[in-house]
Amino acid sequence: MWWETFMLALRAIQRNALRSGLTVLGIVIGVAAVITMVTLGGGATAKVTEDIGKLGSNMLQLRPGQGFHGPGGARVSAEPFEVADAEALAREIANLEAVAPTASRSMQVIQGNENRSTTVIGTTDGFVLVRDWDLEAGRIFNPGELRGGKAVCVIGETVREALFGGLEPIGETVRLDRISFKIIGVLAAKGQTSFGTDQDDLVLVPLRTFQRRIAGNTDVQVIYVSARDGVATDRVKTRMERLMRERRRIAPEAEDDFFVRDMQEIVSTMTSTTRVLTTLLGAVAAVSLLVGGIGIMNIMLVSVTERTREIGTRMAIGAMERDVMRQFLVESVVLAGLGGICGILLGLAAAGVGARLMGVPFVFNPGIVCLAVIFSAGVGIVFGYFPARKAARLDPIEALRHE
Amino acid sequence: MNPAPARDSEPQPLIRLTGVSKIYGTGQAAMHALRGVDLAVAKGEFVAVMGPSGSGKSTCMNIIGCLDTPTRGSYRFNGIEVGDLSRDQRAILRRHCLGFVFQGFNLLNRTSALENVELPLIYRGVPLRQRRRQAATALAAVGLAGWEHHTPGELSGGQQQRVAIARAIVTTPEVLLADEPTGNLDSERSLEVMRLLTDFNQREGLTIVMVTHEPDMAAFASRQIHFKDGAIEAIRTA
Ligand SMILES: Nc1ncnc2c1ncn2[C@@H]1O[C@H](COP(=O)(O)OP(=O)(O)OP(=O)(O)O)[C@@H](O)[C@H]1O
Ligand SMILES: [Mg+2]
Repeated sequence: MWWETFMLALRAIQRNALRSGLTVLGIVIGVAAVITMVTLGGGATAKVTEDIGKLGSNMLQLRPGQGFHGPGGARVSAEPFEVADAEALAREIANLEAVAPTASRSMQVIQGNENRSTTVIGTTDGFVLVRDWDLEAGRIFNPGELRGGKAVCVIGETVREALFGGLEPIGETVRLDRISFKIIGVLAAKGQTSFGTDQDDLVLVPLRTFQRRIAGNTDVQVIYVSARDGVATDRVKTRMERLMRERRRIAPEAEDDFFVRDMQEIVSTMTSTTRVLTTLLGAVAAVSLLVGGIGIMNIMLVSVTERTREIGTRMAIGAMERDVMRQFLVESVVLAGLGGICGILLGLAAAGVGARLMGVPFVFNPGIVCLAVIFSAGVGIVFGYFPARKAARLDPIEALRHE
Repeated sequence: MNPAPARDSEPQPLIRLTGVSKIYGTGQAAMHALRGVDLAVAKGEFVAVMGPSGSGKSTCMNIIGCLDTPTRGSYRFNGIEVGDLSRDQRAILRRHCLGFVFQGFNLLNRTSALENVELPLIYRGVPLRQRRRQAATALAAVGLAGWEHHTPGELSGGQQQRVAIARAIVTTPEVLLADEPTGNLDSERSLEVMRLLTDFNQREGLTIVMVTHEPDMAAFASRQIHFKDGAIEAIRTA
């Protein structure tokens, strides 16, 4: 009986293919929009999470100033850090894997006739540990070079490509601000971040060399810290904050003049942003399903009127109220369900294209697909109920007389 | 010519209407479509209902067919008081005991003859294979073997009416109700249909109640009931 009713519904829909198609367009578009956005959103989240993973997801950054949280953008005058601060962190905070104080500046790097504008970072050997960065060739600074402030450097892949092309860079020299640096290592390529910055466009030099020969001061701008695996970064963050307040002699009631950025915090911000977005999309979907549902109700009422004689005939033949009810309910559910399925296919196709264009992975979300199917079928039931009841309540004699 | 049916010789007729009245509307606008109709139809009878337009023939047929209930009086089908049944119970009664043939055929458009005939079997819950077979047999019985897959639009009026008859008899009902089954047909097709009905009546013992305006068609019946102004004016036995 159900099967017959289902086939009957399919046939009725197919007979008015154009009308049915236009009717479910609202549902198709609504569902497609949600599927596309959720799939792309999932892909973007996956990409950002992966990027942050590359950056080191248990990494924390300590910077002077007030970060994003400063009141009304009024910046408290913030002293830079010193090497001693980094040493204190390494000494006094447990469960740290590595600490890397850094100072950086944008400069020209010159090799023969080639030159390139890049970021030069003065740091220690901890940098590659914190950033979880492998070396493609050569090595990182040894303690002697760090202590002695030697003119050696490690270059990023982009710089290597620009200056050396296919040639061997290790042992060659490059000039930074008229000082010659000997290349001792090449970093492995990391690629672009999701915000489009090239992570490989850099030159690393020992911090002391940078301070003495390039910057001419003893400032440390950013201190990178990485926690050991499995250690909660928020606890490390709290301890870092306490230590820095102490070292920088901040009065108990005063605000911090530095901030610690926790990568995991960024990940969770991302996740909650995605959740807000998903909620908004849900609201949009609800509205479009509502509009689509009203369209279905309208067309089902038309259909009941058109088929009044058929309903009368069926009743005369022995159809009970519930048989007629079922016929029209199934028809509207099938109609709405087909709309939902078309919407899902359209949405997935659009997401596939969009993911390729945006360069994010295609993340199939079975949950949202199931939800779309359930909701569109639900719309069919809710909005098909009234027309179906109208059909079932028809008086057989009146229905048979209907022109 | 006896207006009162012989009740004693038939202890329980299949159809018995006693003092049936049907009033449409109320008060000033009240329309007395039937005024105290007494009628008994025995199993196996072929009854023709005649009378001028508006005399209440269709109203009476609708009541007999359990599509409608009397305003006053009693209608017993096979001893069951139909007026006491719910809408759904009457639907069940129609499903299992009654077959309808309408003047306007009332076949489903764009649906093959076979599927039209299958329709009442679907509501009876007959499985597909058996349904197909029974429907094909019924179509063959009305002389439409080979036309199973034609839709009503591809059939002549006479053929459409025969499909409608096949649909009415496919469930082997106890009573076949036909409201002007030949009203839309020329005399040639009408005779075809009448021969078919007589055949079912005589061979299968199918009880038939048929409304007609044409005396030629009524002549096929064993009894003619004449209506006038919502009441039975005369009964003629052939
Ligand atoms: N639903 C209704 N509401 C009001 N009046 C009705 C209704 N149905 C029938 N009538 C009236 O009842 C009377 C009998 O109608 P009925 O259809 O039984 O006539 P009939 O004998 O079948 O006529 P015809 O030969 O034209 O089909 C008519 O006067 C008609 O106007
Ligand atoms: Mg009539």
